[in-house]
Amino acid sequence: MQDDKLIIADKAYNSRLLVGTGKYKDLDETRDAIEASGAEIVTVAIRRTNIGQNPDEPNLLDVISPDKYTILPNTAGCYTAKDAVRTCQLARELLNGHDLVKLEVLGDQKTLYPNMVDTIEAAEVLIKDGFKVMVYTSDDPIIAKRLEEMGCVAVMPLAGLIGSGLGICNPHNIRLIIENANVPILVDAGVGTASDAAIAMELGCDAVLMNTAIAGAKNPVLMASAMKKAIEAGREAFLAGRMPKKAYASASSPIDGTFF
Amino acid sequence: MPRVGCFISNKEFFLKIFVNGEPKQVADTCSVQDLLAEMEIVGQRLAVEVNEEIVSKSRHADYSFKDGDKVEIVHAIGGG
Repeated sequence: MQDDKLIIADKAYNSRLLVGTGKYKDLDETRDAIEASGAEIVTVAIRRTNIGQNPDEPNLLDVISPDKYTILPNTAGCYTAKDAVRTCQLARELLNGHDLVKLEVLGDQKTLYPNMVDTIEAAEVLIKDGFKVMVYTSDDPIIAKRLEEMGCVAVMPLAGLIGSGLGICNPHNIRLIIENANVPILVDAGVGTASDAAIAMELGCDAVLMNTAIAGAKNPVLMASAMKKAIEAGREAFLAGRMPKKAYASASSPIDGTFF
Repeated sequence: MPRVGCFISNKEFFLKIFVNGEPKQVADTCSVQDLLAEMEIVGQRLAVEVNEEIVSKSRHADYSFKDGDKVEIVHAIGGG
């Protein structure tokens, strides 16, 4: 399994779990949970600095160092292509030219469902501008393929609504997207607990991105550890190839040699 | 006039700019770097744009504000 690397934009990663940094109690919990998850790619949001408020307060990037982790800035909260592009440009400046971004353009506050028209528009601009775009998308196989063909470095369909913990709501669509793909497919959003992560990996996803499933657990650090194992277990099960399902029983112990 | 103290009260030499949405009066010689110094956030991991255009770190010292500039100073926070 040492050779089983996740490759995104020509960079190899050992961990197939990507984690967010939102919703934690404090920066200590953030650091501990991310450490326990084993994740190497970590998402962050870009927001205004709090003017005049605790200039001494530690910065997230002091805790989650770009020297140790691949920082994946997101465009969360953006509802237009323009805002998403602007956010990515600020993120690249912030991270000294680092150009890997998670593009998400939202369509609706209640569902946080992606607005695919603006997502595609933003992806076009960003790719032309040299960004490596990991794109959050609806679980439409045609749209997913289109995003790949445009040059997105990873395609990340939702498995359930952001922060919902509803699990893998449409495994058939996720499977269709994986079947057609030539770039990494990541389930992004929907995972609620470890078995959901394992299911995503058993379907053949290259990786899973999650935030609330860990940060929203009663014990986030323990859940981070559970997710790490679930991702590894699901990946190994996928590579191993599951047994076919059967309608009837099939004895595990031989019939020959019975003495009764 | 010395180039210290971005936030001044001398009405002959101030500009009105907006920093993260809030109106501020600054000296007419104030640079991005001066503003960051005034806010005590020099050297932090942040990015600056003025009127929706990035002002790269290498230009912070040279970039002087104009009246009405809309300045955004952003950093990374927790997010998914």
